[in-house]
Amino acid sequence: MPAGTLYRGREGMWSWVAHRVTGVLIFFFLFVHVLDTALVRVSPEAYDEVVATYKTPIVALLEYGLVAAILFHALNGLRVIAVDFWSKGPRYQKQMLWTVMGIWVVLMAGAVYPVLGHAARELFGS
Amino acid sequence: MSAETPSAIGAVEGAAYGPDNPAPYIEPPRKRTGRTPRSTRGNFEMAAWLFMRLSGVVLVVLVIGHLLIQLVLDGGVSKIGFAFVAGRWANPFWQVWDLLMLWLAMLHGANGLRTVINDYAERPNTRLWLKGLLYTATVFTILLGTLVIFTFDPNIR
Repeated sequence: MPAGTLYRGREGMWSWVAHRVTGVLIFFFLFVHVLDTALVRVSPEAYDEVVATYKTPIVALLEYGLVAAILFHALNGLRVIAVDFWSKGPRYQKQMLWTVMGIWVVLMAGAVYPVLGHAARELFGS
Repeated sequence: MSAETPSAIGAVEGAAYGPDNPAPYIEPPRKRTGRTPRSTRGNFEMAAWLFMRLSGVVLVVLVIGHLLIQLVLDGGVSKIGFAFVAGRWANPFWQVWDLLMLWLAMLHGANGLRTVINDYAERPNTRLWLKGLLYTATVFTILLGTLVIFTFDPNIR
């Protein structure tokens, strides 16, 4: 490919890409999550057994990733709504994206201990 | 049109158009003609666009509340089990919360994936099969989840 022909986009394009990717990932998780919750209609043991996998350290890391995807999709979704319905939205879309990323970083830092704490205790002892 | 220019598209350059010599009429693109089908798709895409925004706002509250309860408060994921679910679904408030979240999230996600399929699957057959699979999985998941919430039995054993 000749140099300089790949469109790299800017904040608007990359937030659009990230919104798609996180949305598809969340949808696939939702499908699995309804199936695992449906096991409460089978037996308490079947449900508790599948929930036990959610408590393992590796899946805890996946849960942290899920939280990351959901928080980005939620915050950026609010930004999209502001761009569409707020008269000054399109003008401030970049500033709003960096605000979204700032809030996202703060919330992700706050989620480290609650989401990953039990996995750390399991791995390294309490 | 003067006799010297029999064609409507002839002699454009240098032609002095005026009231007596009007410029050739150019039809606007996408103009409705006699051959245009009377029925269009209606406002479905606009309704879908609006639904994504309205359901999105509600889902921000429902899903972040759900994450707080399930993953953050009271020991996070380690407290979850059959007894915890039974305790929460004993309250109709949480049943309605989860039911609303299920329906809105599934429809929001299904419409999002429909858009993605429309964007990337180019062959008509591929689109047909992917959307058929999507709609089947969506209807199945919504019905299964609804059934589970309404028929939940804490004394199943």
